[in-house]
Amino acid sequence: MELGIVQLDKSNAGVGTFEKSNQRRLGMGKRNLIVLALGAFSLTACNLPAFGAFRGATTQGQNEFHLWQGFILTAIVVGIVTWGALFYAVFKFRRCGDQIPKQTHSNLKWELIYTIIPVLIVIGLFAATYVTENEITNVSSHPALRVTVVAYQWGWKFEYPGGVNIVPKGANYPTLELPEGKTTTIKLVSNDVVHGFYIPEFNFSRYALPGVTNYFDFKPTRAGYFEGRCSQLCGLYHAEMLFHVRVVSSSDFNNWLTTQQQKVTA
Amino acid sequence: MTIIEEEIGAPHGGEAHHDVEPKGVLLWLTSTDHKIIGKNYMYTSLVFFVIAGALAMLIRTQLFAPNNHFVSPQTYNELFTIHGSMMLYLFAGPFAFGGFANYILPLQIGAPDMAFPRLNALSYWLYLTGGISMLLGFLTASGAAAFGWVSYAPLSNATNSPGAGPDLWIVSIMLVGFSGIFTAVNLVTTTFYLRAPGLTMFRMPIFVWNMFVTALLILIAFPVLTAALIMLYADRHLGTHIYSVAGGGMPVLWQNLFWFFGHPEVYILALPFFGMVTEIIPVFSKKPVFGYKGLVFATLAIAGLSTGVWAHHMFTTGTVLLPFFSAMSLLIAVPTGIKIFTWIGTMWGGQVDFKSPMLFVVGFIIVFTMGGITGVLLASPPIDFATHDTYFVVAHFHQVLFGTTVFAGFGGFFYWYPKITGRMFREGLAKLQFWLIFIGFNVTFLPQYLLGLQGMPRRIAEYLPSDHFTTLNRISSVGAYITGFAFVIWMINMWISWRKPIPAPANPWDGHTLEWATDSPPSHHNFEKLPPIRSQRPVWDMNHPEAADYKASHNGKRAESIEKSETSR
Repeated sequence: MELGIVQLDKSNAGVGTFEKSNQRRLGMGKRNLIVLALGAFSLTACNLPAFGAFRGATTQGQNEFHLWQGFILTAIVVGIVTWGALFYAVFKFRRCGDQIPKQTHSNLKWELIYTIIPVLIVIGLFAATYVTENEITNVSSHPALRVTVVAYQWGWKFEYPGGVNIVPKGANYPTLELPEGKTTTIKLVSNDVVHGFYIPEFNFSRYALPGVTNYFDFKPTRAGYFEGRCSQLCGLYHAEMLFHVRVVSSSDFNNWLTTQQQKVTA
Repeated sequence: MTIIEEEIGAPHGGEAHHDVEPKGVLLWLTSTDHKIIGKNYMYTSLVFFVIAGALAMLIRTQLFAPNNHFVSPQTYNELFTIHGSMMLYLFAGPFAFGGFANYILPLQIGAPDMAFPRLNALSYWLYLTGGISMLLGFLTASGAAAFGWVSYAPLSNATNSPGAGPDLWIVSIMLVGFSGIFTAVNLVTTTFYLRAPGLTMFRMPIFVWNMFVTALLILIAFPVLTAALIMLYADRHLGTHIYSVAGGGMPVLWQNLFWFFGHPEVYILALPFFGMVTEIIPVFSKKPVFGYKGLVFATLAIAGLSTGVWAHHMFTTGTVLLPFFSAMSLLIAVPTGIKIFTWIGTMWGGQVDFKSPMLFVVGFIIVFTMGGITGVLLASPPIDFATHDTYFVVAHFHQVLFGTTVFAGFGGFFYWYPKITGRMFREGLAKLQFWLIFIGFNVTFLPQYLLGLQGMPRRIAEYLPSDHFTTLNRISSVGAYITGFAFVIWMINMWISWRKPIPAPANPWDGHTLEWATDSPPSHHNFEKLPPIRSQRPVWDMNHPEAADYKASHNGKRAESIEKSETSR
């Protein structure tokens, strides 16, 4: 934010030195535009569009969302440059006669440019990926809650402390209850084939793999009701292997869990 | 090199007994001529393409409405499994690598045939047998394979997928795999030993380079798949427990083996079509390939990196080293980007003639660029966690694969159609076909990106009205029907070309490479005589001596010394 304001100030200073020479003016104009654009961009960084994706209802999901925004902006710039060059070539160099154009075989300068710049972009993207990935895959050693999720053909079982098991009841899909603002560690296993534990609004999915036990954390940032799905083909009723996620306040969650535990002992 | 010169010396018209070839059906059944086998491959793969495309129409019809019961869930699973398997194993690979490589590669290097003509015929018959085996699955009591083209264990074991359909699928992929391996051996040998005198490695057309590198990748990847399939078959029928937890096996092993094949496979499918694109753009721009050596090294880099990116399909398994596979997957975008810029660089400053092959190629670059960029997004594990196994991925790989196999593939098809058949096609109909595909394709797949971001998983037979997937799915289905209709136009074009032929000249496009130096279609042993090969573009040199490559140094200036030595001769 601050950076944006500084840049905007600079650009205002640039306007003062506008009228020196024609060439200078053009150059400065361009620079001002870029600085302005950068300033505007960093000012609105919080209000950037979602580009079709969910903003994430967990801290992990929000981290992913910000990485997504960075990637998609880079993608748009790369796309505009590449498509721009292509469309320029398509319209500028249309055939206009039978003469033979200059037979250019190579141009080392340009070949180096279009090799080195992509390498630099990739390094940047990798660095951002590495940081975010560690934030998302980090598993807390002292979570507020541990839930075991068992995937099977074709449903889900959620095992809470105190012998509370949430399973599908008749035609109703099971609901995964989570406390808001607390870290929950999920232990994910499969009873039969490969399933995908997928909560779109958490921006997260993980395979439930037979023979492999997976752990990951969710720290929901807002209360609400979300849909969960099986993302990996698991047989005939793959499409109907749904579940719900309900995020409630920490105290509501404790009440709910206590009630459920009393039901078990009763 | 000396061996080559002794062996073929000046190419000749073939020995007498070869000229007495059987006619009609018998010719198609018995020939070992690379041109006949290449055509067999091409026509067979196009039939499979049309069948698999029809399956796609059924898939899109099922998804047209929420809670739709156009087909049952079992049938739906069979439909997308066989659609994907046919498109990837029976169309994309064999169309380019069996069809175009077989037909064009020996011509481009001035050879009379492939190195092992009988092995070549065997490859084709294995392929046809394999393809029919896969389709026979639909006729079995339990139906065709229904576990997706990736056939993840343990869904593909005898308990979860019983019956003969899955077995036929396994055998089919093995047969097609062997066919690919044999063709690869044949192409590598042909490229090394049958090049015409003067055609050094760095004078080979990029098409030949790409087919050569593809062949190497096939030799790396397909044996792994075949081994994995044999183990799967053993698990199903011989009581082994390689992929089952109960017996001490490891289901995720299948994913590792499959994708160790599966990701190089993506480049096995793409590189041949990149080769076609790199032939078409220079010809229709009247320029040489821009940055030839850079392009060759980019191709080799793609091949090398492609063996180290398989686990990006397994980011969400929680069993792979994320940073390594992420870095490798991001890095492979660089040589791919180099290719795109090389293509644009080739057009730059040229006289670009937008005949239908070139139109398809430009469509390919547009679509493939976007598919490549979304591939970079997916190479980042956090973003993959959010989009893995959703329609975002479906949209991504269709942009990449449909972009290469259909846009570039039909560009190549129309480019070489006059050479292969000796007839011209109707240009207007080809252009109409292009625009219909281009519009239909984008209307089909761009909404699927949004569907994926909104959380629609792939391979679901139905969705709920409350999911709000309906509108985007409807748009996508309409796009699919437009795309399907484009291929009706294509069939009409082929029919007219067949019934009312316009004979094609030897070199209708002012082509650069050796296949344009012989008749359309070429005679039995390809060449009566060859032009001198002193550069990458011998036919261009012959037709445009004033702008010949061998007289020019690489920055376009004339090299005086070569000029002098030419005139003093």
